[in-house]
Amino acid sequence: MNDIPRRSLLAGIAALGVGACAKINDSETTKALVDAAEGWHRAAHRTLAGRQGLAPEYAPEDRSPSFKGNGSLTVDTPEYRDQLARGFPDWVLRVGGLVERPLAFTLADLRALPQRSQITRHDCVEGWSAIGEWTGPQLSGLLDAAKVRETANFIVFRCADRLYGRDYYESIDMVEAFHPQTIIAHALNGEPIPEKNGAPLRMRIERQLGYKHAKYLTAIEAVASLDDIGSGKGGFWEDLAGYQWYAGI
Amino acid sequence: MIRHALSTRLWHWVNAAAIIVLFMSGLNISNAHRYLYWGNYGFDPADAWLKVIRFPGWATIPQHYNLAVARDWHIIAAWPFAVGLLLIWIAMLANGHFRRDLTTTQRDWTPGAVLASVKAHSGGAGGAQGYNPVQRILYGMVFGVLLPMMVITGLAISPGFEPAAPWVVDLLGGRQSARSLHFIASWAIFGFVVIHVVLALIDWRRIVEMVTGGRKQGDTA
Repeated sequence: MNDIPRRSLLAGIAALGVGACAKINDSETTKALVDAAEGWHRAAHRTLAGRQGLAPEYAPEDRSPSFKGNGSLTVDTPEYRDQLARGFPDWVLRVGGLVERPLAFTLADLRALPQRSQITRHDCVEGWSAIGEWTGPQLSGLLDAAKVRETANFIVFRCADRLYGRDYYESIDMVEAFHPQTIIAHALNGEPIPEKNGAPLRMRIERQLGYKHAKYLTAIEAVASLDDIGSGKGGFWEDLAGYQWYAGI
Repeated sequence: MIRHALSTRLWHWVNAAAIIVLFMSGLNISNAHRYLYWGNYGFDPADAWLKVIRFPGWATIPQHYNLAVARDWHIIAAWPFAVGLLLIWIAMLANGHFRRDLTTTQRDWTPGAVLASVKAHSGGAGGAQGYNPVQRILYGMVFGVLLPMMVITGLAISPGFEPAAPWVVDLLGGRQSARSLHFIASWAIFGFVVIHVVLALIDWRRIVEMVTGGRKQGDTA
């Protein structure tokens, strides 16, 4: 006898919950909480591991047999296809924004800099992981050479690829930018980076999820604020889908 | 003498809310890549040990596929869940709830003790003698193994946390193993919750007592 009212009560609570969830989701308070939580997580991780705490590095035999490509798998322009076919002889990476000496590097220039190789695990926001060896100069070296100004708070990565009609871009703060494992990779497992993985250059931001690791890299920009870039949330997926800018979880 | 301490009741309901949000947002996150692997890497469905079903909208938070929003809910609800677990353990150790109700002796693990528990429980007059061996074992597993396992495997999946304690990931057998164990433990908790709720609905006064505190049997008003 008791069962029917109880069941409808439960259904009522469930329905309320669904409606409430949708409302809670869109409220300013929830957005503020979500943004605040992102800041706490970044602070908590850096307190626990240290600002320079290293992502684990693996042995050559730990590498995955292949490396999944995801998101943009190419740059759909004749110029890119031409460069790809010829080994990117004319690809230029510009370093600019809030720097005293704007610089430009060809692939040969980047290969001539001191190199770091690291066998690391790539974790996609979707849940999968791949392991590969990445080689390239540290971002800190390029930023030092360009003499980043004190007013810079973020480093923005500009990319050649477009997704859903928007230019891909990403950004990190200065702690992440000067982290020793933050490199501009030109090689994966000892070979030039494959097309699907971001040829010829991609960022490695080893303590964060895959969408931060900008591919098809064309420029590095030091900026004071992210507000005027894209839709202002600091990255392609952040703008498009509301992904967290700090992608350490 | 009240049956449930205030700390127990507060934790119970905060944790219940956190677990519902965590489980339902977790199902949404599972839909992003429905394959589970062992070891450190894994991305090829051919290497998966389990192909997970696509969870329907009514079972997920939000009610449609949205990885960004699901992750926001999941990560925020993880805080009351993890901090609450730590606090209730401190409270249980301090107020004797753990020693009195959750510790077991060798005798509790015998088939006879399990049978006796079930018989006493189905008699309808249970409760007077405190927690029976089956309850002690089940609650003990949930508090001691499953709930901590969710926190530990959850932390292990986070690439930003990993530099703080890379040994945690190694201990669990790699990141994809940690992810698989996170999934398995979440369903084990789901199984516990189903039994727990069904038994509570059989005698709804139990639910009221978890709000008011109730009275221990033998006490007279």
